[in-house]
Amino acid sequence: MSDITIYAAKKIITMNPSRPVASHVAVRDGRILGAGTLEELATWGAHTLDERFADKVLMPGFVEGHAHTMEGSLWSKVYCGWFDRADPDGKTWDGLKSLDDVIARLKAAADKLSDDQAPVSGWQLDPIYMNNSRVSRADLDRVSESRPVGVLHASGHIMNVNTRALELAGLLKKGVNHPGIPLGDDGLPTGELRGPDAMTPVGLHVGFERNLLDADEDGLQNFAKLCVRSGTTTITDLASRMDPDTVEMMLRVTGAPGFPACIVPLRFFMGLPAAELIEEVKALKERSTERLRMGRIKVVADGSIQGFSARLRWPGYHNGAENGLWYIAPDHLAELYERALEAGLQIHTHTNGDQATQLALDKLAPALQKHPNPDHRFTLQHCQLADAAQFKQAAKLGMCVNLFANHHFYWGDEHYTLTVGPERATRMNACRTALDAGLPLAVHSDAPITPLAPLFTAWGAVTRITASGRVQGEEERITVNEALHAITLGAAYTLHMDGEIGSIETGKRADFAVLEADPTEVEPEALKDVPVWGTVQGGRIFAAADL
Amino acid sequence: MSETLPVTVIGGYLGAGKTTLLNQLLRNADGLKLAVLVNEFGALAIDEDLIEAQSDDLISIAGGCVCCSFGSDLTAALLDMGARNPRPDHVIIEASGVAMPAAIAANVGLQAGFSLAGIVVLADSETIRQQARDDYLGDTVIRQLKEADLVVQTKPSLVSSEEVQTVAAFLETTAPQAAHIVAEQGQIPRDVLLGVESRKVPVSAPHADGDYESIVFTPRQTDAVALAQTLATGGYGLVRAKGFLRDTAGKTQLIQLVGKRAEVTEFAHEMPSELVCIGLKAQLDKAGLEALFK
Repeated sequence: MSDITIYAAKKIITMNPSRPVASHVAVRDGRILGAGTLEELATWGAHTLDERFADKVLMPGFVEGHAHTMEGSLWSKVYCGWFDRADPDGKTWDGLKSLDDVIARLKAAADKLSDDQAPVSGWQLDPIYMNNSRVSRADLDRVSESRPVGVLHASGHIMNVNTRALELAGLLKKGVNHPGIPLGDDGLPTGELRGPDAMTPVGLHVGFERNLLDADEDGLQNFAKLCVRSGTTTITDLASRMDPDTVEMMLRVTGAPGFPACIVPLRFFMGLPAAELIEEVKALKERSTERLRMGRIKVVADGSIQGFSARLRWPGYHNGAENGLWYIAPDHLAELYERALEAGLQIHTHTNGDQATQLALDKLAPALQKHPNPDHRFTLQHCQLADAAQFKQAAKLGMCVNLFANHHFYWGDEHYTLTVGPERATRMNACRTALDAGLPLAVHSDAPITPLAPLFTAWGAVTRITASGRVQGEEERITVNEALHAITLGAAYTLHMDGEIGSIETGKRADFAVLEADPTEVEPEALKDVPVWGTVQGGRIFAAADL
Repeated sequence: MSETLPVTVIGGYLGAGKTTLLNQLLRNADGLKLAVLVNEFGALAIDEDLIEAQSDDLISIAGGCVCCSFGSDLTAALLDMGARNPRPDHVIIEASGVAMPAAIAANVGLQAGFSLAGIVVLADSETIRQQARDDYLGDTVIRQLKEADLVVQTKPSLVSSEEVQTVAAFLETTAPQAAHIVAEQGQIPRDVLLGVESRKVPVSAPHADGDYESIVFTPRQTDAVALAQTLATGGYGLVRAKGFLRDTAGKTQLIQLVGKRAEVTEFAHEMPSELVCIGLKAQLDKAGLEALFK
């Protein structure tokens, strides 16, 4: 028989309603034998008592239900964000408060490169916080005139490049006629590129490869380090194109003995007809391993609210912008829902605008009548503008929601004044209403859009504080316990994994978030500041300090 | 200029008849090497008898044509087509049902070596008006129509002749910037759909093709931009025009017209002055054109 280890902790918050708190947890073969007192657990027989966590608080390992491995890949580039952010190696990069600071950091990175033609690329620039100032190619020419320079915005939808980059892409010319490429007084592009179509051809020259959506090996390793630092033990990659090479790489990397997280990649719907997509995802599901769970589909129905590409119902955008874009034809969505239900596969659907949410509801209802599946758990991702009626309908249909709960902090003020106006901004990501409607709830970071940090996301749902310090939608706040549920069992439920992870109880995988303080005891405003020591994943111990 | 690869974008919602139209084009390629780019093969069923060979993302079609699925990376597929040997004569991009064809066209414009030959948007006689009223789809299909150079009203035989007229009037009102034609089973002359292929088709052969008529003129030395503008907006009933003339400075200029949009570009080589004009027989103002070129 295998060895039993009993861990003593200052406190174990189990999220198991039958036994919410314990002092010890017994682990065998990477799984939990039980949580309770030492005396109770000792009845399992011979064991080793491990007291390394005696002054720590254990929680179930956090489950991030909507992130992108791109978060790991982007750290190979220069961080240019407004907010402080910790990198995979634990270094916290100061937020940059002026364009001069951004240029200085990029220049410092450029000066370290030996090849004077090599590109310099940055990410997470957010001019919203710099009085919405426009960045020009002349600004980035101050980084370098000889090498191409490009900086991706925090939204992921805009990039600024320097003159050399435009030159390499063949765009430093007059007469460029593209809605995503503004021209300066001299008739030449200003270096601002809006939307993936404009960004892609230039991005290639500044270190942003075409397929940023799919994980690369270094990116996946970095992603895993960020998981350990944030207490996350199971995380989605939403979504991946999952070409054969990527799948092989992910199987190999996650299969290595020291890989500290379970990755759940969802296959992006685009690029294959519905019937073939279903067949491919069924085959992927069969190849799943302990730490790479494949076999789910991600559909994107519309764009983003701050990019004015989300599909909104009447009265549309507060500033009068034209309605957004469909990224899937309504009939195509209906076909995918039907086929996935028939095949027993799960679909997560990105719906930012409330019209996109309504489309998903309208298409799922008849699909379910054709192929009844009471436990489908199709999940609405983001679902930021849904109202009470939509949440109730989603609950009736057996759906789950995964709300973008920290969005308020970064863009809440912008939504209030510009995109959707005060009332709808106040009800965005309405966690309270969703729970009251009986919906299974998860909350997410959408990393790299916001940092991978489940406790911070939970803090967003609990406080609804915006960057300017206002509480936006106090009626929609949820309790700390509800928020902690959303980042553990709630997210696990949206993945059909709540039977194996999400709480500390007999039979589940030994996945723990190891914390330096008790999140249920600190002030709710301090939830985001609870330090994370590291994780235990499948019984294996990962200290953030040792990464 | 002569070396750029012309690209036509074909848009319209699901069921508008894009597959039928593309099959018809491939079947009648007639020596022209067409490269058709589609989102995914599932969206385009190529008639089996046309297929010579098929791999994961490329179908070879009789007569040197190919069909390629680009998944979510159109730019890469376009560059691949430009690098193919032998090089295609014309690229056709089938836009997905909810895509905005002008956005695709704008991207084509960013790629060196490619030029836009026109945006064609298909509208199903039976369903287009209903789609235009649909809560989810209405603004999308209307935006597609407003972005068209050429609107093709398809499947007229499925509705009454009165309804054909009603739909035609609706399309004219919705997309006043475009030329409008009605076509059954994708039967549209290739020159009308893709533009006149100067490198392949003997330009000086006027022809009548069913409902269409084509006339060749020899323009005098003139202000090319002004002439192009007159042709596009002067009510001559043109669907397409293409050809060369000398401008007032004696330089060779290439005029390309589709619907009510005309483009003039300076041409590096000297070419004989000759302009092909194509329109529907019923609409082409032959007398007016003859007077214009007299």
